[in-house]
This record gives sequence, structure tokens and C-alpha cells, in this order.
Amino acid sequence: MKSIILTAGARLLVALLLIFSVFMLLRGHNVPGGGFIGGLIGAVGFVVYAIACGTSEAREALRLPPEKIAMVGLGIALFSGFMAFVMADDPFTGQWLFLGATETDKGLPLSSVLVFDIGVYLVVMGSILALVFALEEEV
Amino acid sequence: MAAAQDPSIPSSPGQALAGWVSVLVASAFFVGFWQALGPVGQGEVLRWSWEWVPSLGISLSFLIDGLSLTFALLISGIGALVMLYSTKYLAGHKNFARFFLYLTLFMMAMLGLVLSDNLLSLFVFWELTSITSYLLIGFSHTSADSRRSALQALLVTGGGGLALLAGIVLIGWVAGTYEMSEIRAQGDLIREHGLYLTIFVLFLLGAFTKSAQIPFHFWLPNAMAAPTPVSAYLHSATMVKAGIYLLARMHPTLAETDVWLWTLTVAGASTAVFASFMAVKQTDLKQILAYTTLMALGTLTLFLAADTGYAITAAMTFLIVHSLYKAALFMIAGAIDHSTGTREIDRLGGLAKAMPITTAAAALAALSMAGFPPFLGFIGKELKYYGALAVQSEPVLVAGAILLANALMLVAAGLVAFRPFWRGTHATPVEPHEAPWQLLAGPVILAVLGALFGINSDLIATPLVIPGVNAISSGELEPAELKLWAGINLPLILSVITISLGIVMLMVHRRMRALLEGMEARLPSFDRGWDKFLDGMKATAAWQTRVLQSGVMRQYLYIIFATLLIAVGGTMIWTGAFKGVPEVSGLQVKHWVVVLLIIAGTALTTITNSRITAIAGLGAVGIGVALIFIIYSAPDVAITQLLVETLVVVLFAVAALRLPTLKPEDGFPNRKLDALIATAIGAVVAAILITVTTGPINRRLTEYFEQSSWIDAYGRNIVNVILVDFRALDTFGEIAVVAVAGIAAWAILKGPKEDAK
Repeated sequence: MKSIILTAGARLLVALLLIFSVFMLLRGHNVPGGGFIGGLIGAVGFVVYAIACGTSEAREALRLPPEKIAMVGLGIALFSGFMAFVMADDPFTGQWLFLGATETDKGLPLSSVLVFDIGVYLVVMGSILALVFALEEEV
Repeated sequence: MAAAQDPSIPSSPGQALAGWVSVLVASAFFVGFWQALGPVGQGEVLRWSWEWVPSLGISLSFLIDGLSLTFALLISGIGALVMLYSTKYLAGHKNFARFFLYLTLFMMAMLGLVLSDNLLSLFVFWELTSITSYLLIGFSHTSADSRRSALQALLVTGGGGLALLAGIVLIGWVAGTYEMSEIRAQGDLIREHGLYLTIFVLFLLGAFTKSAQIPFHFWLPNAMAAPTPVSAYLHSATMVKAGIYLLARMHPTLAETDVWLWTLTVAGASTAVFASFMAVKQTDLKQILAYTTLMALGTLTLFLAADTGYAITAAMTFLIVHSLYKAALFMIAGAIDHSTGTREIDRLGGLAKAMPITTAAAALAALSMAGFPPFLGFIGKELKYYGALAVQSEPVLVAGAILLANALMLVAAGLVAFRPFWRGTHATPVEPHEAPWQLLAGPVILAVLGALFGINSDLIATPLVIPGVNAISSGELEPAELKLWAGINLPLILSVITISLGIVMLMVHRRMRALLEGMEARLPSFDRGWDKFLDGMKATAAWQTRVLQSGVMRQYLYIIFATLLIAVGGTMIWTGAFKGVPEVSGLQVKHWVVVLLIIAGTALTTITNSRITAIAGLGAVGIGVALIFIIYSAPDVAITQLLVETLVVVLFAVAALRLPTLKPEDGFPNRKLDALIATAIGAVVAAILITVTTGPINRRLTEYFEQSSWIDAYGRNIVNVILVDFRALDTFGEIAVVAVAGIAAWAILKGPKEDAK
């Protein structure tokens, strides 16, 4: 069942949802958002795409198999936990770097916590898509 | 029957290396322990300790006193001889190297067990001996019999191990430490504690299963399915004595009570007498020896029951005597098997001419076993009578049991070491020939030691027996003297009676065997009982699987929700936690809209006959809940809820495409029951939430996170900061679960299809 309107709409929607998901991921530390919500939004985007255009096209658009994305995410999250070893802290202690910080402005904050959140994002998105794609292909 | 390997096949260089390295390792241990003889003989106790898991009070501490040194020397010494023996016995076997790996691992585990001073590390080694002996008994893994015996031994000793662990935890709790040297000092405290009986029973279960006391004895004769070197090592000198070691080690802590005295006396005496009758009934050399091992274990238990110097000295001496002659005789049985191709005593005879050295070694070992002077066995037997006559329980009965068992031992010794070599000649499957030197070294050395220690008993008395008795009794008992001639007294007279009785029984052995076989047929068989027990376990498992794991989704949901209902709802009613609904005020129009949306969604879900509509109804409920989160300003939770709701609806819709519509008339007669359970669950959850919100809330954590979120973690969204920073490890666990769940679902949906291609 392919509808041109749905297909065309989905393409636009997917792009928007994906950008929005990354936006939610990055702002999560200070305002509502974060890796979990971002991952869900990203997954919804691809699910919509899969319904409109079929799972094979959605898989192509995703490029990597979703279960691999989940595993990579888990690896990134674990890696962020071990970043603390560099500073001889306990595992999963947040490490921060304020790029270009001055006395009044803290500059661009980069942290191992963000890396961890990116891992969460990938795990959530990958796991849900692995399940949804498999289910849709089954039916 | 594990046949010996063909000796004509030479072992490969790699194999030979594996064998000789093991022999060297065992010998090195023996030499090392030899160094400790001097200090221990002078009453010193050597102790080393390293922390292992300090937070749980587990340390790797090792202690060498008379008791552990005796065991360590026997384990490493006999180990070296058995390994030497195995290099020839198993030469050319395709799993030769594996055998030596198992055997060496077993030896290490056993040494760890007897040297540990920490109860928890003792337990770890205890379990390691169970596992390695499982591998060794089941070494001929292509034979079903062998596998069954291995599993039986593992389950019986492993089950006892669990009991032991429980006992160890309790004793650690009572004494406040797991270090045995500290626990020993608190013997009185433990004996008077309310948990003493529980601890005693749990320790006894561990020791009795390991040392095969009635009613746990049946696994030991079955374990003869193992290759003969394994039987010689595990089932004579070492593993089965681990239980005895435990009883001896815990003697200062748990003994000196009536329940200890009587339980051990009854179990030990009945095992000894029962096993000696069973021994003379057997026709297979290894089976005879297996039952005489049971007899020895029973005797040792019997003497550890008592609390007199004679009894403990008898136990220590007999421990050494038995290990020497039993390992020798087992190896001789293997050598006979190797040289003639059979172990049936009725098919063996007149081997003395073809196997003179084996014959001599067998004769020496058997004379010690039968308790003839001047062998160490005689001293052991004399001490047993001294010990028996001095016990606090029933000296006459104990001495009688010992006398009967000893006389039957003499019969067994005659069967093993006299019949096959002297009486008559029989055609054997292989032309008899003398065994190679590797097979002879062990029996000869051990048999000669039995004679040497008898003639000069000071060789073992000062360095081993006396320190051993001191270790078992915490130095409170006077060790008895080891001597061959103590004048004409009651023990000597009993010895003479024993020997005469034994010789008479040996002469009428065949008739006795027929009689015993008739009797045994009428007794209940523990081995068959074990099978019934296992079948019962399997049937129970199958039954509960059928009931609980029906494979029908609807029934799973019933079971889960009904359990939740009973467990949570029942607890709330029982404890009176639910205090009623408090008054609600300040509800606005927006609240009522949300409530109406949720009620409408629920109603739609329950009455519709279309799955899609039902799912949409559920989605409406979910969105209502999300709205509540928004009203009470929890945007993160609300967004998550909305997204999850969306995905769930999509997933359900995809799955529902394949399913039939819901028609009440075809196949859902339980809707009323469904409604009842659903309503009850809803009520219970609502009651929990109301109870939680009416109670006082501890805001300590909330305040902490509010304060430190920005300062410590540079974030203002507390929910997210907790997730990715304060509780990052928890989150990592959660996303791991998410990933595994996703992959598992993917595998279930995809897996079989891939296979079919």
C-alpha cells in the first residue's frame, strides 16, 4: 500500500523528525530532552518512513543495520564511562571541557556526559528499529 | 568397565611431557610440604594470609598444622605416584593430556581445601574438588554408565556443598569471622548458641555427602566407573576424605556435644558395618575396594565422634594407614586389569608366578589392611580397640562394630590380594605378565611404607600423628602412643579374635557371599531410590512448566496479574497500609477533560470488537496520562510517554493486521473474568499511588539534586542530569537491557527464517 501523498509527506517529516531528535539530544542537559527522548523521536522518524515507503527503503536510508547501531551505542556509552580513567576518577564520573572559556562566558561545553547521552540515543533508536523493522517484515 | 589402554601404543612426545610435568608438579608440592615436617613436629603452626574480598571477610589464608600437613603430604605424595602410574596406564589415550590437566587441577583444589584457614575459601576449593571429580569420574564420557555416575556424584556432593555453604554463612554470622583459627577459639560460644543445631546439621550434610556416609553412600561405588588411577586417588586417599577432614577441622568448634557424639557414632558405625558386608559380597576387585573405602570412612567418622585421646589418635593413625594401603591396592587392581584384562576375582588365580613384584606389593598392603603385626595396620587396629573401649557412648557396641568390620576387612584383603595370586589358575583374556615399572612404583613404595611405619612408628608419630591430634582437639587431649607391643590386654585379645574370625570367614566366603546376595535383594536399593528421586524432580519440573508456561499469552497475563494482585493487594490489606481516599480539592476544567479522555479510552477498549479500535483506545489513555504529566510540569516524562505511546500503537497496529477481529461469540468467553482482574489490578495500583502520595515524602534526595545539579554537573534539567551523570552506571545497565531486548526480539522474529533458507 503506497500512497504518493504519504510518501512525499513522510520524506519531509523524516528529515524534520531527525533534525528535531538531534536538537532534543543536544539541549537535554538544561531543558527537556536528552538521549532517551531524542532516540525515540529518531526511531519514530524512521518508523514513519518505513510505513510510508517500505522497510527495505527505510533500511537503505539508515545505512547500518539497526541492531548494529544499538551495539555501537552501547559501546560508546561504555567508552564514555571509561573516559574518567584518563583523569584518574571513578568510572562514569563526568569529564568536562569548556572550549574558549573566558571569565564571564563559559564557552562551548563539551563533556563525556554528552558522549554517554549520544550512546543512549543510538541504543534506543537502534533497538526500537530492530524490533519494528523485523516485525513489519514478518507481517 | 574402563579397560586399560593398550601399552604397546607409545604416547606422543607432547603427551609424555604433559604426564611428566604433572608428576613433577606433584613431587614439588610433596618436597615443599616435607620441609614443614620439622617445624610442625615441634608444635609450630604455619600461617599465611592475603586479602581476597575484604568487604565480605574472605581472605586467602593458609594454615599448616599437624592435620593439614598430614593431608597435604598424602595428597601430594600419593598424587605424584598416581600420576606416574597414569603415564603408563593411560598411555596412548586420545585425551591423555586432558586427563592430566583434570588430575592436576583436582590435586590443587584438594590441597587448597586442606590448607585453607578461611571457611569461604575452603568452600570454593570444596566445590572445585566436586567439579574436577565430576570431570574425572566422567572421563570415559562415551559410556552412559560413566556419565550417570559422574552426574550422581556431582549432584550428591554438590547438594551437600550447598548445605555446607549455608552452614558456613551461619557460623560466620555467629562467630563474626570466617577465619577458622579464630572460630576455633569460640567453640563454647557456638555450642551454646541457638543456631548450633542448624549449623551442625548443615555441616554434617556437607561432610556426609562428600565422605559417603549412609544414607549418601551410594555414589561412591558407582564412581568406580572412573579410570583406575582416579579411583586410587580420589576414592581412597583424597576427595572422599575431604568430609572427614571437615569433621576433624570443625571438631574443636562443633564437637563435645551429645548430638555430635551420637549422630557421628551411629552414622559411622552403620556405614562401617554395612560397607564391610557389601565389600565381601562383590566380585569385581574395584568394587570390593570401593566398599572397603566406605568402611574406612565410616570408621573415621565413628572415631571423630568421640572426644578422647585414644579415639582421635586412632582416627589420625587409621587415616594414614588406610591411605597407604588403599591407594596401593587400587593401583594393584589396575595393574592386574592391565596385565590380565579382567578384574573379576572368580576369573583370576595363580598370578604369583607371572607377576612376582605385584604379588609382593599386594601381600604387604593387604597384611597392613588386615591388621597383621608388624604392619602399621596392626597399630591402627590396636588403637581402634583402645579408642572403642574408651568412647563415651556405648563402648561394647562400638567395639563390636569395629571387630566385625575389621574381620570382614581381613576377608576383603584376602579376596583382593590372596585369591588372584595364589589359588588355582584361570584362563584370563590376556596372558598374564608383570606390569611395567610405572605401574609398580606406587604400590611398592606405599606398601613398603606401611611396613616401615609399623616397625618404626616414631617416623609418623612425632611429625604427623601427635600434631594432628593436637590440631583436632585444640591441644586438649593427650595423644595415645603408637606401639606394636603393649603387653597382653583387651585390645590384643580382640585383635586375635578379629584375625581368627576373619580367617574362618575367608574360608566360607563363597557360602557367605550367596547368603549376602539373597539378603541384599530384599533390602531397599539406595541407587534405585536415587533414580526415583531424580525422576520425581523431573516430573515436578515438567508439571510446573505445563501449568505455568502454557505458551498461551492470555494465561501468562492471568498468572502475572493474579500474582501481582495477591502479592501486592494482599500485603496492603494485611498490613492495613491503605488508609482510604483523601479529599481532593482544586480540580479545574482541564483536569476533568483529561479524566474524561482516559475513561472514554478505557471504555472504548473494553467494548469494541475491532483490534485497531482497541489499540486506538489504549493510545487515548496513554495520551491522557501524558497530559497529566504536562499539567504537573514533568515535560521530560510527558514527551517520553507520548513517544512510547505512539510507537506502541504503531507496533500493535502492525501486529494486529494479521489477527482476526474480536468477536465475543467465538472464543472469548472469559471477558467477565478479564474485566474483573483488570479492574482489581487498576484498583490496587490506584490504592498504592494514593497511599504513597498521602504519606510524608522525604525530600532529601530532591533537595540534593536541586542544589548540586548545576554546581556539580553543569546541568539544569535534573531528570537528564541524574540519568547521564549522577546515575550513569544505572542508565548504562538500563540501555544494555534495552539493547538486549531489541536484539532478542529481532532474533526471535528473524532467526528461524534465516535458518530455513
